[in-house]
Amino acid sequence: MPDLLIELFSEEIPARMQARAREDLKSLVTNGLVEAGLTYASAGAFSTPRRLTLTIEGLTAESRPVREERKGPSATAPAAAIEGFLRSTGLTLDQLERRADKKGETLYAVIEKPGRAAPAIIAEVLEAAIRNFPWPKSMRWGAGALRWVRPLHSILCLLSDESGSAVVPMSVDGIASGNTTEGHRFLSPGRFAVTGFDDYAMKLKRAHVVLDSAEREAAIWQGAQNLAFAAGMDVVEDKGLLAEVAGLVEWPVPLMGRIAEDFLHLPPEVLQTSMKEHQKFFSVKNPKTGRIEGFVTVANTQPADHGATILKGNQKVLAARLSDARFFYENDLRVAKANPSEPMGEWLDGLKSVTFHNKLGSQADRIARIAALAREIAPLVGADADLAEQAANLAKADLRSSMVGEFPELQGLMGMYYARAAGLPDAVALAARDHYSPLGPSDAVPTDPVSVAVALADKIDTLTGFWAIDEKPTGSKDPFALRRAALGVIRLVLGNGVRFDLASTMLLALSRNIIAVGEGHGAPAGFWQSSIKDLTGSVAARAGAIFAAIAEHYQYFRDDIRATISATVENPDSRTSDLLAFFHDRLKVFLKDQGIRHDVIDACLAMPGNDDLTLLVKRAEALAAFLKTEDGPNLLQGYKRANTLLTQAEQKDGVEYSFGADPKFAETDEERALFAALDKAEAAITPAMAAEDFPAAMAAMAALRAPIDAFFTAVQVNSDNQIVRRNRLNLLHRIRAICSGVADLTRIEG
Amino acid sequence: MSDAIKAPRSFQEIILRLQNYWGAQGCAVLQPYDMEVGAGTFHPATTLRSLGSKPWAAAYVQPSRRPTDGRYGENPNRLQHYYQYQVIIKPSPANLQELYLGSLREIGIDASLHDIRFVEDDWESPTLGAWGLGWEVWCDGMEVSQFTYFQQVGGHDCKPVSGELTYGLERLAMYVLGVDHVMDMPFNDPASPIPLSYGDIFRQTEEEYSRHNFDGATTEMLFQHFKDAEAECERLLAFAPEDPKSGKRIIMAHPAYDQTIKASHLFNLLDARGVISVTERQAYIGRVRALAKKCADAFRLTEAGADA
Repeated sequence: MPDLLIELFSEEIPARMQARAREDLKSLVTNGLVEAGLTYASAGAFSTPRRLTLTIEGLTAESRPVREERKGPSATAPAAAIEGFLRSTGLTLDQLERRADKKGETLYAVIEKPGRAAPAIIAEVLEAAIRNFPWPKSMRWGAGALRWVRPLHSILCLLSDESGSAVVPMSVDGIASGNTTEGHRFLSPGRFAVTGFDDYAMKLKRAHVVLDSAEREAAIWQGAQNLAFAAGMDVVEDKGLLAEVAGLVEWPVPLMGRIAEDFLHLPPEVLQTSMKEHQKFFSVKNPKTGRIEGFVTVANTQPADHGATILKGNQKVLAARLSDARFFYENDLRVAKANPSEPMGEWLDGLKSVTFHNKLGSQADRIARIAALAREIAPLVGADADLAEQAANLAKADLRSSMVGEFPELQGLMGMYYARAAGLPDAVALAARDHYSPLGPSDAVPTDPVSVAVALADKIDTLTGFWAIDEKPTGSKDPFALRRAALGVIRLVLGNGVRFDLASTMLLALSRNIIAVGEGHGAPAGFWQSSIKDLTGSVAARAGAIFAAIAEHYQYFRDDIRATISATVENPDSRTSDLLAFFHDRLKVFLKDQGIRHDVIDACLAMPGNDDLTLLVKRAEALAAFLKTEDGPNLLQGYKRANTLLTQAEQKDGVEYSFGADPKFAETDEERALFAALDKAEAAITPAMAAEDFPAAMAAMAALRAPIDAFFTAVQVNSDNQIVRRNRLNLLHRIRAICSGVADLTRIEG
Repeated sequence: MSDAIKAPRSFQEIILRLQNYWGAQGCAVLQPYDMEVGAGTFHPATTLRSLGSKPWAAAYVQPSRRPTDGRYGENPNRLQHYYQYQVIIKPSPANLQELYLGSLREIGIDASLHDIRFVEDDWESPTLGAWGLGWEVWCDGMEVSQFTYFQQVGGHDCKPVSGELTYGLERLAMYVLGVDHVMDMPFNDPASPIPLSYGDIFRQTEEEYSRHNFDGATTEMLFQHFKDAEAECERLLAFAPEDPKSGKRIIMAHPAYDQTIKASHLFNLLDARGVISVTERQAYIGRVRALAKKCADAFRLTEAGADA
């Protein structure tokens, strides 16, 4: 069985594209070979900055011959039918076989494809792979028409077995295949020939190229740790950076340097970000001071002076970068503290001229909405309303700071440093840092009440804003990361056990979004206020009043915006219901990941108060746990049987059996026992539900399982005695009523 | 590999060595374009000549102006007026990376001592409607050049593709010469009878232009000039190709392109004066790009820009 070695040698491939390219090369080639009838034992793909390599072991030397037989029409069929068959098979009439059967003679096409030698197949498959390679971005070069990520220089394509190796002949846009490659650009220039994968990997190593990126990563990480350890320091782990750096070097040589004293007072995140983003340095922490005091850079060469020149150069570049960072930081601190009565005032002013979205106004407008909403939410999460409002007003000020301008990923974090420097309460500083969180399904959820209030307000305003202007996510398109915002709300609510009426809060937020849209499209500032007599009362009442006022002044809105928002203005509740459904979809995905089935969630969603996410999830968790007990599925069967019988009877009789089950009409012990059990269960479930103690309610429900089972075994519901029958149906209704107070069990599958 | 090239001693020596090197590689060594431009790419020898199929090879120094980068001569690395060295070869030769590394060796960057890396960096010029793929070249962690394979210029696909190299001369020279502040860099040989530093030549002008760019330039006039340049560019391109006086077919692609360059620089000045809002910014860039595209269209109809 021969082995195949392929190397596509090019100019430097972007580091971020290499991992995906390895996989693509492997799947394109192996799939192509298999489709053409070859098989193989194993395949492995590798990459360095200048090459993509694929090794395939145990490849068959030729494809199996294929014999295909197709039954056609009868030999006496109309000419058109026969012609159609000939066309579809590509054969002529005399090439068809005639076989006698009961109906006479039937035509058969027998197509035999002989086996093909592996080299011909490989050449075809590899050329197709090169021409159709799914690079995220590709280019042309010179006078050619071929596209590759950067100019492609050589193709190594070699089949080898015990008897030796041979180049698979092929040529793509003038690049002919061969058996040679190049080593390290500077340390081992020149081409050399190889005979197979082992020879290739070994000669590459001799030519200062470590082929396997995992091996390079390990070498970098080990080397960096050794350097740090020798100086009594620790390297800060960064897997993404490690993978990137491994994609920038063929012969990694880590070198460690110190950060000059003048920069050590900068926040560690600033040092780390600046070094990582600009220089691709690892940060090195001094465990004694807890500060970032050094860096590790990874050179792609084995320098004659052990790296003294390289390190000196890198240190110099770093100093220039950090001088910039220090300038930004010190300048920002000055702005933040400039006016103690209005901390960060200059930035807040600046945000007035930064557009958040052309329909939803400026960042400053948005901040005002978030602050108002944070005030509403504050009491629900145990935060001081004034503090929450203040925090929301300042949380995004750092978007105008120089540092965040330079490193957008430091948004929030810089806000925290600047808020502290300005002497603001710590809750305000923390809210600046944490109000963007959580960003994903697994990162930490803020717990400080003020942060929670601002984070919720921020995300709800984002969601209602885009719902207001009808920019909902569709399919894979979610340019404003609204799914993430909804998941953020869910995690904030559940993580902190927040109880609130999400639908009304969203309605209020939505009304403010619509006001912003109006003010940006023809309506004068505060246009709605004149119609408001009373803006007190419940959240829902105020939202309703504002929407009524908006509708009254709708003539101010410019025509060009009306088409977008009239649905919202005319029926704001349907908009928030739609958004609530979006939340429920996200919640289902989230709970599914936690092992709660979708039908369990549906059963709970069908209950009233389903915009109280904490309550919803408490119910779903209890139900899921209940369904895992032995009683759960059995009770469910009993419930469903009762429900089905009852529904059928109600449909047939055209009446609702909902009242008046009386134990005095009970004929059997099982019937009487069920009456007693239902009384007992009801007595336990009602207070448990009132206390939202779902596990207790479910336990009480579980106690119904045995009496219900016994009832159905012993009792025929549809008795000939109409009084007895009605009484039993009314009894079934009690089962349904009691159980469906806990969840809509009809939605549970199975 | 270390043929021990003697280290250069001044800014101008580095420029001269690059001129000699690329001249020896067969490039026409051109002179700077005589207009205010933001980068060497704006020189018609790059922008226009990268269009069409005719082979081309040129190298030149281009003084470049970025009004917003003015720092009154105080910042060690930032200048509103600086020099770029530009090489453009069409079609891009297969050994362009080697040629480029040869130029680094020529100015004293020895690959056995330094760490030279090609780091992904896709180039795009929104004002020129141009983009390409390539790298920034790092030497010991410092970006010393931009290396680009042009894919599109002025909205036209580049066929064949030009290879473009841009060296930031001050930064590169400061590194080679071991200078920490640009103003301290020797411009001519420090052993000359009259040694001149970069600061001797440019400190005062950096101050003057910084004040001019940020506070001095009359914005109403700049706005008007922008409109004039825009109108003139379109007017020149609207002429019928046949010139009645000479009887020849003459499309005024280059004069029109000069107006594009002007508009671009005026926009940069207005930007530095802080009178262009974020939303207007995109609109202005779009207007310059529209001009650049029209000039590219026109150049493609000329002999130099045609397909052979």
